[in-house]
Amino acid sequence: MKFMLIWRVTSDEAWANLGEIDFDTMLEAVGKFNEELIEAGVLIAAEGLAPAEEGVVVDFSSEPPVVTDGPYGETKELFNGFYLINVPTIQDAIEWAKRTPMTAAGFKTEIRRVPTIDEFPQDNEWIKKERAWREANNQL
Amino acid sequence: MSDPTGRKAVAAVWRIDSARIIGALTRYTGDFALAEDLAQEALAEALVTWPREGVPNNPAGWLLTVGRRRAIDAFRRRSNRDEKYAAMAHHLSEGGALTGADPAPAPDDVLWDPDQIDDDTLALIFTSCHPVLSREAGVALTLRVIGGLTSDEIARAFLVPTATVQARITRAKKTLGAAGVPFEVPPVDERPARLAQVLSVIYLIFTEGSSATSGDEVMRLDLAGEAQRLARILSRLMPEEHEVHSLLALLELTAARFPARRGPDGETVLLEDQDRRRWDRSAIARGRAALAKAADIGRGYGYYGLQAAIAECHALAPSVEDTNWARIVVLYDALGRLAPSPVVELNRAVAVSMAQGPAAALPIVDSLAGADAFKESHQLPGVRGELLRRLGRLDEARAELEQAIRLCGNEREREVLSRKLADL
Repeated sequence: MKFMLIWRVTSDEAWANLGEIDFDTMLEAVGKFNEELIEAGVLIAAEGLAPAEEGVVVDFSSEPPVVTDGPYGETKELFNGFYLINVPTIQDAIEWAKRTPMTAAGFKTEIRRVPTIDEFPQDNEWIKKERAWREANNQL
Repeated sequence: MSDPTGRKAVAAVWRIDSARIIGALTRYTGDFALAEDLAQEALAEALVTWPREGVPNNPAGWLLTVGRRRAIDAFRRRSNRDEKYAAMAHHLSEGGALTGADPAPAPDDVLWDPDQIDDDTLALIFTSCHPVLSREAGVALTLRVIGGLTSDEIARAFLVPTATVQARITRAKKTLGAAGVPFEVPPVDERPARLAQVLSVIYLIFTEGSSATSGDEVMRLDLAGEAQRLARILSRLMPEEHEVHSLLALLELTAARFPARRGPDGETVLLEDQDRRRWDRSAIARGRAALAKAADIGRGYGYYGLQAAIAECHALAPSVEDTNWARIVVLYDALGRLAPSPVVELNRAVAVSMAQGPAAALPIVDSLAGADAFKESHQLPGVRGELLRRLGRLDEARAELEQAIRLCGNEREREVLSRKLADL
């Protein structure tokens, strides 16, 4: 089963704490954790995101949609990076999430299951096309 | 969403941390069989406690602490009969470990010392794959101890009753105890032979997983994945051993073809007929990187290195015709010298037929006639029939293919042979 571990820093205080961590220490901690995921054969993808200040939001609340620079919403709603892992049960995902390095008050990891293409109607032509693409790209 | 019974959490923690827990408990008690029992007892206790009280914050540490407490209890019970155990019980409850020379720090630190964990895991792998054990016992023990699989899961993967797996593991632990096998990474002079044993156990787990001729296919794929995980652990722990990287490369390059090896009705698709677009490019890249590491060590290719290099030739080829068969012949020549076997020789003959034509290959195949390895096998007449067909000797080809069909036990392969016969 595929799960996404979504990394959130949900308060200004947590951001401040994060800023104080020595960069090399952080790289080592994250690197070791990544290596464990790789060695266990569970890691599919991992990405961290550039600061939300660099982000752009397209808001569809009005017609035409409004494009604005800068962070979307409140600090607590920000999404800063993710791991995509393949494990047998959600409990494994929880156990891996608990092993995430650099945890402190205000840091949260949200775990969401990623449904597979098998869960969609197989006779739908778009699903068939998607399946073919997934097979060709080892994305099943 | 999270499992309220906690049972799944126990299994998840075990999958991630079994090797570290048993490794630490073995170093702590100096007794592998006891450590495995203690870990199982701790798991049983977790199955009762976690559903009631919730999953602890540090579940692996919890299991370790329970295991340690049980160890002290076990030594105390025995100490009534034996002063040696009394000393052990005292030493352990003071926070010491029975092996390793460190002065006694706090109990949980001595167990969870990151510098020790890798050594323990490596010692554990060598213990589980010890040559005093039968191959199947080594496989079961390795999967349970390092892989963190339950006896049930191992039984399902190997299509045997759970009780059989449990008996194998019990027997294996007794055998290790009776032989006085020390918990250690073998000394340098024994290491090549011992490492060969470890690699062969991992390879056997992989081939069990990849053959998938019957049984629960999903579970068997997991076995292949488990073997890859073991090879990855080993390649990190023994980076100086080229054959470890080579084995990992072989597993990756072989597994890369898994997505293409079944047709729409679940039938086996032979290498030459596979849709190569479905091969897993990431696995190929990982396999090639591992093989490059093996080559960088500068001691040439060994048994697994040669096989991985052959697999790499296939992985890089856009089609059967555009395969570097000349290189494959050279690699099979080397493999045949290193580990002579009729099976290698037959594969070499196939490569020669592709590189130089069927006439050059036929004498090799003929030299294998009567080899025990092919006594009841369809492979030899199958290959011979194909060579004769390409040479235009159709009557002889027909006879060989008919013989192959008679001997072939696999329905799918028999269909392939029958089609060849019909096309003559």
